[in-house]
Amino acid sequence: MTAPAIQLKGISKAFGPVQANKDISISVAPGSIHGIIGENGAGKSTLMSILYGFYKADKGEIWIKGNRTEIPDSQAAIAAGIGMVFQHFKLVENFTVLENIVLGAEDSGMLMPSLSRARKELKALEEEYELYVDPDARIDEIGVGMQQRVEILKALYRKAEILILDEPTGVLTPAEADQLFRILDRLRSEGKTILLITHKMREIMEYTDTVSVMRRGEMTATVKTAETSPEELAELMVGRKVLLQVDKVPAKPGKPILEIQNLSVTDSMGVERVKGIDLQVRAGEILGIAGVAGNGQSELLEVLGGMRADRGRISGSVKLHGSELPMTGAGSDARARRDAHIGHVPEDRQAEGLIMDFHAWENVAFGYHRDPAYNAGLLMDNAALRADTERKMEKFDVRPPLPWLAAKNFSGGNQQKIVVAREIERNPDLLLIGQPTRGVDIGAIEFIHQQIVELRDAGKAILLVSVELEEILSLSDRVAVMFDGKIMGERAADQTDEKELGLMMAGVAGEAA
Amino acid sequence: MDKMPKWADVVLIPVISILLAALISALVILAIGENPVEALNLMVNGALGSTYGWGYTLYYATNFMFTGLAVAVAAHAGLFNIGGEGQAMLGGLGVALFCLYLPLPHWTIALVVAAVGAGLFGAAWAAIPAYLQAKRGSHIVITTIMFNFIAFSVLNYMLVEVLKPQGAMDPASAKFPAATHLPSLHDILAPIGIEFSKSAPANVTLFVALAACVFVWALIWRTPLGYEIRALGKSEPATRYAGISSVRIIMITMLISGALCGLMAINNVMGEAERLVLNATEGAGFIGIAVALMGRNHPVGVFLAAILFGFLYQGGAELALWSSIPTELIVVIQALVILFTGALDNMVRMPIEKLFLAFRKEKA
Repeated sequence: MTAPAIQLKGISKAFGPVQANKDISISVAPGSIHGIIGENGAGKSTLMSILYGFYKADKGEIWIKGNRTEIPDSQAAIAAGIGMVFQHFKLVENFTVLENIVLGAEDSGMLMPSLSRARKELKALEEEYELYVDPDARIDEIGVGMQQRVEILKALYRKAEILILDEPTGVLTPAEADQLFRILDRLRSEGKTILLITHKMREIMEYTDTVSVMRRGEMTATVKTAETSPEELAELMVGRKVLLQVDKVPAKPGKPILEIQNLSVTDSMGVERVKGIDLQVRAGEILGIAGVAGNGQSELLEVLGGMRADRGRISGSVKLHGSELPMTGAGSDARARRDAHIGHVPEDRQAEGLIMDFHAWENVAFGYHRDPAYNAGLLMDNAALRADTERKMEKFDVRPPLPWLAAKNFSGGNQQKIVVAREIERNPDLLLIGQPTRGVDIGAIEFIHQQIVELRDAGKAILLVSVELEEILSLSDRVAVMFDGKIMGERAADQTDEKELGLMMAGVAGEAA
Repeated sequence: MDKMPKWADVVLIPVISILLAALISALVILAIGENPVEALNLMVNGALGSTYGWGYTLYYATNFMFTGLAVAVAAHAGLFNIGGEGQAMLGGLGVALFCLYLPLPHWTIALVVAAVGAGLFGAAWAAIPAYLQAKRGSHIVITTIMFNFIAFSVLNYMLVEVLKPQGAMDPASAKFPAATHLPSLHDILAPIGIEFSKSAPANVTLFVALAACVFVWALIWRTPLGYEIRALGKSEPATRYAGISSVRIIMITMLISGALCGLMAINNVMGEAERLVLNATEGAGFIGIAVALMGRNHPVGVFLAAILFGFLYQGGAELALWSSIPTELIVVIQALVILFTGALDNMVRMPIEKLFLAFRKEKA
């Protein structure tokens, strides 16, 4: 039998009192795709950082291809044939693809010889792995899927035999993700070893050979993918039984809450992002907007949330409870929207929904900080804020339940719970919610979905935007598909499937609804 | 990640930085053939050895508190106000106009009126760069720097063409009326039996500066406006989401910042010179940047850093007076303190942090 591509023996790593990795041993067969799954904060990223030389393990050994290997820094990792594709790409935006690939691996004082050599080698790599990119395109001109290919090529160019991919599909559309996995498949057949870190069950089940589950710093199991099930893995990850399907009764839609007629949005660059759409959301129903990212859904949410009042042009009519909602001028900003009982969970919680450096208790009032309940005279009532935070943290099971902790120190799922708690607990008539579970772990997904359904059952209207088709289908009562700023059609969620919606998302199906 | 205790962060690291700056200063003094111990002795005695020395140290510190607070307030909104110098100059103009042309029967009324004038003029001078930043996106660093030069020219014009008394030779206004003279620390402390130097310039404005520290603390950490200012400083897209108008916050923050700089004028123009001279600010607007940097944009830190820089200013002046150490070297010493406490903060911080972690591990 050949030696394992990677073998970790008893790896432990602590950050102060927090034991991020506890006595982890794992063996990865060469030429396989090995998945590592676990909730946010389970220690996956720490383990990979140790393997890539960012952290030094407190205890334990790393063996690469049967040899004991010390990896004090990333240079050593690259020398040992390990390549890493980060969740957030490390590319220079205004460099070309070729320049990015050579960056850091220039082999002479002058750039030109390196570049021309790299061009040849890149061509060979592209053909070998069917990984085509335009070497002269600038990074900021190509899509995220392409950028990811560049990252993979960067690793291959450095002779990587082992590829680590950290949440590679987090930023990809379903089609791009499929392409990525075709590439990974190809790499595997060429004998490369792939470590895939993800929390998406579907990717694990469909593409990996073996899967290791991590929970709270420990490796709880390593199993052959063919011999396990999503339910079993979820239970191993969370430590209890998890509902993978959203548990909800059929909707009982009431009168229309939100009525959109012929809404168009032009951004500040003069590009029309939303092109005359009509939508209606009724009380007690969830309308899901499906679509590949960048087809106008973000702009739609932002306009409704009052975030675009001073940018670009907006035309058309938006009515809430039958009365016109101003789109520009007085009463059109996000504060006025909140006063009109519109809650908003933004797509990007880290840049918009939270101030990452603020304490949790400060974030719990964000956007509502002028509410009399949070103020006493001229000053803010910090005691009231903290009490409110403790209550919300308990109700939404935010962990750790420490109001003093800065938002950035919570895991993605718990950050999202803080945002969702803030918006849902205001009991809004209309909830705008974008990418509710992006980068959120399974346990928290289940919880957040339940909260959304509960709000619906309380007779509120919910407008959901998500690029996760699975989420749209399981959560929505009705689905509208957006493509190129237009609504391609609407379907009842229980009378359609991924295939039909996927075609509409690609702009194939006509207007027929 | 683990952190070191808070006291190490706010006390130990600045102290080590200052000691390092002192050490290198000592080496420089040695290198030019002087005695560093004697120099230190002169500085400490000159700045802190008598009520006269204290009177000057506190006078300078008062200036730096205002400008330091001004930079700190703007920094919380993510704005770098380098225009303190110009705003303080214009504050001086406001003080001079109000003191010279309004009938002010008593110093208490004069103080309030002059403070309003100083604040208004300082704020007005900050308002234009603020507007350009908020509405047009012109970078506030560039515009406030340019406004320093314009302020100097405006002041020059006003002094030479408008305020200079007939027949006078130097570009300065007339003496302010006697009723506007602010009580010095000597006047304030004499009734309670404390003997304070009569000729030192520290005056009642010190207490205005202390009040300003409390005001800034409450504003930034206790009011919804401060909350919005800090939010904008941390994340502009998030303020858009929360319905906080960045235009409004930039304007308000810069008006407050400019007003704080302007308020400095009641100390140097009204309290000390009792007339407006051309170079009244003496670089205090720029020192304010170092003070805010060292004070971590917190009023308590600004207060302590202002005292330190007051000490450096007064001690340096004494040093130049009583030793053969050239005045340029005093600037070098001040620069070293700024360099170590501000710019090289991480150089000290990282090893100390490691030390703490290693120590803790040992115990565990």
